[in-house]
Amino acid sequence: MKRPRDFFATRLGIVIVGLVIGCLAATLQKLGNPANMGICVACFTRDIAGALGLHQAAKVQYLRPEIPAFCLGAFLAALAFREFRPRTGSAPVVRFILGMFAMIGALIFLGCPWRAMLRLAGGDWNAILGIIGLSVGIGVGVAFLRGGFSLGRSYPTRAVAGLTMPFVMVVLLLLTILYPQFGEEGTAALFRSAEGPGAAAAPIVWSTIVGLVIGFLAQRTRFCTVGGLRDVILMRDFHLLSGVGAFLVTAFVLNLVYEQFNPGFEGQPAAHTTHWLNFAGMVLAGLSFTLAGGCPGRQVFLSGEGDSDAAVFVLGMMFGAAVSHNLMLVGDKPNADYMVVIGLVIVCIIGLMGREKLAVAR
Amino acid sequence: MAESVDARGLSCPQPVILTRRALQQTSVKDVIVLVDTMTQVHNCTRVAEKLGWQAEYEEKDDVFELTLRKR
Repeated sequence: MKRPRDFFATRLGIVIVGLVIGCLAATLQKLGNPANMGICVACFTRDIAGALGLHQAAKVQYLRPEIPAFCLGAFLAALAFREFRPRTGSAPVVRFILGMFAMIGALIFLGCPWRAMLRLAGGDWNAILGIIGLSVGIGVGVAFLRGGFSLGRSYPTRAVAGLTMPFVMVVLLLLTILYPQFGEEGTAALFRSAEGPGAAAAPIVWSTIVGLVIGFLAQRTRFCTVGGLRDVILMRDFHLLSGVGAFLVTAFVLNLVYEQFNPGFEGQPAAHTTHWLNFAGMVLAGLSFTLAGGCPGRQVFLSGEGDSDAAVFVLGMMFGAAVSHNLMLVGDKPNADYMVVIGLVIVCIIGLMGREKLAVAR
Repeated sequence: MAESVDARGLSCPQPVILTRRALQQTSVKDVIVLVDTMTQVHNCTRVAEKLGWQAEYEEKDDVFELTLRKR
């Protein structure tokens, strides 16, 4: 019998990792990533969907190395600490749909929970509406969880199932590094924005290294922006939130140092001032992430440690990004109002239908 | 006779909800929790220690058996 001891599982461990991630996020912006978007799991996944041609929004197409590097950093950490466990079978299609709606909600706000914190740290006060919405969405999710919501158990499976997502991420990383050209005219295999947020990027080598480091550290500490708020609402446990708090404060301080802090509601980068949609989009995202068990970053890290269901959620997010841009649901576009209501109704139906009495076996 | 909670394969935060509920409702001094990741070992340990229980675990065939004892 062993006592569970691990520095990364301590309060100090997660606070230090929050500090490191906040520092790296602000620095990636300094190195060229879009403003208040040093890291955004939703935006970067959307950019990857664009690079692969799943949507045609010309300003947001770039195969961001950070997302594959997150997954591979977590994969390496899981291998190094014997935590790589291929598993699957917990309602993958429902997770795909939750990933889709989480992305649709996040892109109405224009950012995932990570970017919500980074927008706040950069002085974008519209993020306050987003974070309030995120908290409300997580609160509704907690109510479903308290009522017995579950997507069912996952089960151990063959190595190939757990290795598939890391393999896909290796391919994506190679594609963006090598940037292959096909045909005599040299047509690129990927779409790449010439202007807009998709054209703003830190050098690939730094994006990759930072992504690997964050993936490694986040896998060890289970860093989760949604889990931070969820655990406080559910049981007054501030463990994960202390990491998120450290992330926010460090990004804020470094934004001051780098002169990246511009307070206000108006004229913020990749943002809109329709308060209702900033709020409601993140209610939808927060609820969807909570029912699926974690924030978009956490889903990417889990996919790296062999969780195929989390991988399906990530693919759902990519599909959701394509749907959002193809059907004009992004930001405060007119269709966003309808979609956020439809999304909330569907995800609440999933929440109600997923309730079951989880028996405590004696 | 120890009470047991089977939280194998459940997503966050269900193992913690089940463990917490069991510890708050039980009258016995030993509760066994079965989980299948170290993440859940640490999460369930954290909630147990907050409620005044001690945790020890052992791994058998890719399953972690967490033994919680009332202090």
